[in-house]
Amino acid sequence: MDQDASSSGGWRFAQCFGDKGDVEDITEADIISTVEFDSTGNYLATGDKGGRVVLFERNEMKKTCEYKFYTEFQSHEPEFDYLKSLEIEEKINKIKWCKRQNSAHFLLSTNDKTIKLWKVFEKQLRVVSESNLIDGQRSLPSPGATQHLRLPRMTQQDNIIAAVPRKVYSNAHAYHIHSISVNSDQETYISADDLRINLWNLDISDRSFNIVDIKPANMEELTEVITAAEFHPVHCNLFMYSSSKSNIKLADMRDSALCDRHAKMFEEEEDPTNRSFFSEIISSISDVKFSHDGRYILSRDYLNLKIWDINMENRPLKTIPIHDHLRGKLCDLYENDCIFDKFECIWSGDDKNVLTGSYHNYFRIFDVETLNDVVLQADKSAFKAKKIGGPLPGNKTGMKNGMRPGGMRENMAVETLDFNKKILHASWHPRESTIAIAATNNLFLYSSA
Amino acid sequence: MDSNEDIAPIAILMDELRSEDVQLRLNAIHRISTIALALGPERARDELIPFLQDSVDDEDEVLLALAEELGRNFEEYIGGPEYAHVLLGPLENLSAVEETLVRDKAAESITKVSSVLSQAQIEQYYIPLLQRLSRGEWFTSRTSSCALYAPVYDKVAAPIQDDLRRGFAALAADDTPMVRRAAAKWLAPLVKKYTKAHVLSDGLAVYRKLQADDQDSVRLLTVEDLIAIAQQLSPAEVKEQLLKQIRQTMTDKSWRVRYMAASHFNELAEVVGTELVREELINHFVQLLKDNEAEVRTAAAGQVPGFSKLLEKEVVLARIVPCVRDLCQDVSQHVRAALANQISGLAPLLGKDATIEHLLPLFLHLLKDEFPEVRLNIISKLELVNSVIGIELLSESLLPAIVELAEDKSWRVRQAIIEYIPLLATQLGKPFFDESLGNLCMSWLGDNVYSIREAAAVNLKKLTEVFGVEWSKEQIVPKVVGMGQHPNYLYRMTTVQAIMTIAPSLTLEVIRDNILDMLIQLASDPIPNIRFNVAKALEITATSLGDTPEGVQLVQQKIAPVLEALKNDQDADVRFFSSRALQKAHALEA
Repeated sequence: MDQDASSSGGWRFAQCFGDKGDVEDITEADIISTVEFDSTGNYLATGDKGGRVVLFERNEMKKTCEYKFYTEFQSHEPEFDYLKSLEIEEKINKIKWCKRQNSAHFLLSTNDKTIKLWKVFEKQLRVVSESNLIDGQRSLPSPGATQHLRLPRMTQQDNIIAAVPRKVYSNAHAYHIHSISVNSDQETYISADDLRINLWNLDISDRSFNIVDIKPANMEELTEVITAAEFHPVHCNLFMYSSSKSNIKLADMRDSALCDRHAKMFEEEEDPTNRSFFSEIISSISDVKFSHDGRYILSRDYLNLKIWDINMENRPLKTIPIHDHLRGKLCDLYENDCIFDKFECIWSGDDKNVLTGSYHNYFRIFDVETLNDVVLQADKSAFKAKKIGGPLPGNKTGMKNGMRPGGMRENMAVETLDFNKKILHASWHPRESTIAIAATNNLFLYSSA
Repeated sequence: MDSNEDIAPIAILMDELRSEDVQLRLNAIHRISTIALALGPERARDELIPFLQDSVDDEDEVLLALAEELGRNFEEYIGGPEYAHVLLGPLENLSAVEETLVRDKAAESITKVSSVLSQAQIEQYYIPLLQRLSRGEWFTSRTSSCALYAPVYDKVAAPIQDDLRRGFAALAADDTPMVRRAAAKWLAPLVKKYTKAHVLSDGLAVYRKLQADDQDSVRLLTVEDLIAIAQQLSPAEVKEQLLKQIRQTMTDKSWRVRYMAASHFNELAEVVGTELVREELINHFVQLLKDNEAEVRTAAAGQVPGFSKLLEKEVVLARIVPCVRDLCQDVSQHVRAALANQISGLAPLLGKDATIEHLLPLFLHLLKDEFPEVRLNIISKLELVNSVIGIELLSESLLPAIVELAEDKSWRVRQAIIEYIPLLATQLGKPFFDESLGNLCMSWLGDNVYSIREAAAVNLKKLTEVFGVEWSKEQIVPKVVGMGQHPNYLYRMTTVQAIMTIAPSLTLEVIRDNILDMLIQLASDPIPNIRFNVAKALEITATSLGDTPEGVQLVQQKIAPVLEALKNDQDADVRFFSSRALQKAHALEA
């Protein structure tokens, strides 16, 4: 059993936010659709299908890395495009934090069509207590001489945390926006939809430049869509985008204004013996991320995680199977649409580990060097165990602590999996071993020593 | 002495500084000078300024207004220049807010305030402020501080100058790219105030660091710094100190940097000295003209004549003209348009023979370009070519180009070419014009876009001024008048409006003999729109005739009776304009 404990990798459930009841009918609007730590790790944001953004703040009172509610605001509202007769959902697809520039926080949030730059700041509520014409509640006669003129005096009331939309970047995307990424120059960002990538200046909301456009002249010839896009963390001129055709393109904005010609293309030749009806669907890349040092690229398709060296285009350094046990079930997964699920993948703050999600609220963390992995499950048993004073990790009954070491892989047996519970979104603290996992309507935080 | 009525509005205004309504706050901020005047200098200093300093927690537009007002000689309201430093308090707070517009305005106002400060005030108040901003926790204040070094550098003692140079160098090495960008932007004005020794010791170091920045958004801003530094140095020093940087900038991997280099090319060429131009820059210029990125080629094409001025004719022929020839065939229409706009500038430099040999084929080629903007740009600059080789050589190709533009399906193109017609007329001369373009000018009067018909009328007036009234009487007037008989009222309307436009340029005889009858006939047109426009036309005609006794007499005999009749028209607009015209006509007699 000692070996089991070590396979939990020292990971320990820390917190859970959201409705903890066992109710089966979850309010659709409460489903978390994105999670993101800021660059310091002191703040954490989630967006949900109801268009709300919830921010959490590091709880400095606690020794361990714990968070407390900071503020919540309605970022997007449902809209209707009357010209195209289309409903525009309020669901938050992505949140990206900007680097702090003053005591306020700035973050970008986007739904399918509109990106907004939010400023979140502490505001002093002040009211006028005395002025020329009002003294508290009473009206005063107008002052008779200049020496009686006085400037309004304020009294301070509460401090509140306010969120105001500073900029609204709209009308630039004909298709659904799935990615936004802030450039390392902190001046620009890109937004990507299925066919195009636009470059924006954060200060200018009425203009953007199209830098990638893969829309064919005739839409019937459409064979490929963009699935994710991200700026390089260091080089402001580089960005990459992944496609449904299992390739990742790296483009250099220095070369030309339109980046239709990519600088590099990362693609692995397909093994023809494995070809099947589903090949194309399962090889579609659902997410790509640069490592923090910008040397490596992590990509996720339906069955695998892949780690690419930015200097080697023809094959990945490592391929990590995530869903091999589902290979036989692709038909069923196609029937229930699960095969189209877009799992995200993330690097740890030190680039030594990678994380991605799976079904039944399982998620897996791999050591990049050894490929040793930890399987964890973000479900209610985790915090129930804690509430009744459950044992700490390292203890032999670690399984009550939200993880089922040992038997975990057996538990991932296909028959018992709940395909409605899936870990699609996660974020890793930039400096510490703390992760935030979105499990349907709950946000789980795990830490490791 | 102050009556209650004078004070009450001020009292309200002061209260509005803290109104709930943004618009009221904004208005109040725009009138803080009024408030300061009412309070007097002492209270303005002691109460108003601290109050404003406490007001930076407001909407951006209010803050922007505040930053602007404090820079408008506000020291006059607080006791004059010796107290101007008091204004720095609120401005310092404003230069740390996150909105760039507000920060820029605050920096601008600080600069204005600094111009009235004494050296002692600068050293005692301004420099500490600059240091606080430069070391601010957030990049916003550090960004603002970059702009504030240059205005005071030459106003402080030498030891402080040393501090300033060090402070600026630290900003140029800041962690955040925003601060480095601001430093790159403001290095040029600061370096201009350095002594030459300090340019070499400090300015160059800062420039080199920024020019080698990882971020191309920083590097592209250093082109102007390069020019400013080169200006301070002798050609030999430029070659020794800056050659490497010039080469790196011109061949930067980022097209945006090359674009900046291309668009400032002439400024740079003028300050580096002829030797470097001939040895080094000419090669870079040729490369930029052949750049992969169309934006860069466009920018470089715009610099062709300016840069060629610095070269010998043989070099232009050997190096520049071949590139120009390639650019004429460029795949990007914007490149060709930029070139078409500038290529004529080469003609005076090359002289007649070389122009005919080398440039004329290119002109002719561009005149046949598939994009109208390219053709238009060539035509707009024809004057330069004309003065060198005369128009005859071009006219054969010119005419089809003009005709095609005149019939372009985009009305904006048609409008653009119409505007060049008077210019062309002066170049081409009467015979050529009559033969080829006369009919064209008339056909525009029947265009189905109003703006074109309007432009056509203006064109006819200008042509009258170019070729004289006699010509106009023979070529234009009969055709214009002829259209007055057209069954479509829009054509008749055009006649009226064309007359209205041309009349002031015509003589009494022409008006009397050729035009007036037509107008009078149209005064009984069935369409009210025509009738009241006739009234307007008669008003203008009457005014232009009013200079001479014969004219006044003609107005009395012919025009006034028609207007009298129109005054009783059934249509209200016709009645209005005819009475107005009649008043004018009567005024002439007096």
